[in-house]
Amino acid sequence: MKTTDIKLKPSLLALVIATTLLSGCGDDVVVPEPTPPVVVMQTFTVTVTNLTANQLMSPVVLASHSADAMLWQAGETASLAIEKMAEGGDTADIAALEVITSSVNGTGMLMPGMSETLTLTLAEADVANISLATMLVNTNDAFTGINSVNIAGMAVDMPTMMHYMAYDAGTEANTEAKGSMPGPADGGEGFNTARDDVDFVHIHPGVISQYDGLTDSVLMPSHRFDNPVLAVTIMRTE
Amino acid sequence: MKRSLVNASIVAAGLFSLSTQAADIEVSVTNLTHGNHFTPLLIAAHTSDNHLFHVGEMATPALQKMAEGGDIADLNTAVTGANGVTSANPAMGLLTAGASVNAVMLETGENTHLSIVAMVLPTNDAFIGLDSWKIPTEAGTYTVYVNAYDAGTEANDEIINGGGMSGVAGIPAAPGGDGGSNGTGVMDGADNMYVHTHPGVLGDTDPVGGASDLDSRIHRWLNPVAKVVVTVK
Repeated sequence: MKTTDIKLKPSLLALVIATTLLSGCGDDVVVPEPTPPVVVMQTFTVTVTNLTANQLMSPVVLASHSADAMLWQAGETASLAIEKMAEGGDTADIAALEVITSSVNGTGMLMPGMSETLTLTLAEADVANISLATMLVNTNDAFTGINSVNIAGMAVDMPTMMHYMAYDAGTEANTEAKGSMPGPADGGEGFNTARDDVDFVHIHPGVISQYDGLTDSVLMPSHRFDNPVLAVTIMRTE
Repeated sequence: MKRSLVNASIVAAGLFSLSTQAADIEVSVTNLTHGNHFTPLLIAAHTSDNHLFHVGEMATPALQKMAEGGDIADLNTAVTGANGVTSANPAMGLLTAGASVNAVMLETGENTHLSIVAMVLPTNDAFIGLDSWKIPTEAGTYTVYVNAYDAGTEANDEIINGGGMSGVAGIPAAPGGDGGSNGTGVMDGADNMYVHTHPGVLGDTDPVGGASDLDSRIHRWLNPVAKVVVTVK
């Protein structure tokens, strides 16, 4: 055994040397190591500012999806996911939609006048459109957000700024009545399955308040709003 | 009001002018309000020096007819007389809240700008207005949001009394059947006689009295009131 070992070692050594020499000779001889596929990532920041006087906004959901997906469509019936968000601030169903490739949530209520920056990192191949949704919580079913904006092809550090209006999901009558709104002005109910309004998404007509003739309303003049209600800055950071 | 609508549908027979150098556009309009109707739309392509209305200037008699009674005949005549092309009443009547009229084709020819108007019902003289929007030359789909203007030609008394003729006080009708009656009238002496951004309606919750015949829970709006999508072919 031992002699055999001694005999083999030099020949192995010779083989190794030969291979090394060959690889030094030229690229055409050696098959290069397969390089692992590099996934190029792009990172986007989305900064949202609540422009209302006294409407808290529920924790936002920011989601990426394909270019042909829309979370809602003015004039069309709201999906159940939109209804849950618009009536109760619950965005879980939106994040779980099949069309959503990736999503992040806001850290908490977006207070009037406050801003929050969310970060979304996507594989380059997945960069297409983004949407964002949040409820104006001192209302029956008002919401706002980004509805399918294209971010593909954005240059780094070139921000785009937009303003958005408040929509009415059309799924709950705007009674402004005690017990019907989840926000702090009322502390009432959020989502329920009933649809007792026009049942199409439209621009919110605004809240009336108890000071402007809606006697059953628990809302105050400061809960009224006008458009735009949300400022958004989108920037690709890398 | 009825007569205005009939006039508009007669006009609709002569919808398109043809041009050999046509740049085709396709227009859709969505009513974004909670509970207001749009009277027959006038969609007009014209040159840059034409306007259906000017914010900050007094309404023309043709604009007044449209804003107070929904009659687009005179505006349509004015546009086509200046070699513009129009689609008059593409929705074939009223456009209800949430409804859209789609795929309205215009062969714009030499006309570079787009305007769209329609009265908002029930109001005294509110109208949706896209004023001389430059049509992009690059093919693609463009979305424009449109606000409501006040023609400044009639006090916003919010009384539904059938008054749709120019200069006649009152609102022609509440097409949704959701208007009130016996309102005492909203009167505050305002006298802005120029076309301006509409302050919105007041309304109340008393269907058989109160100041207004409008319902504050149904007929109020915030801008924008219409969504216009233009596809340049």
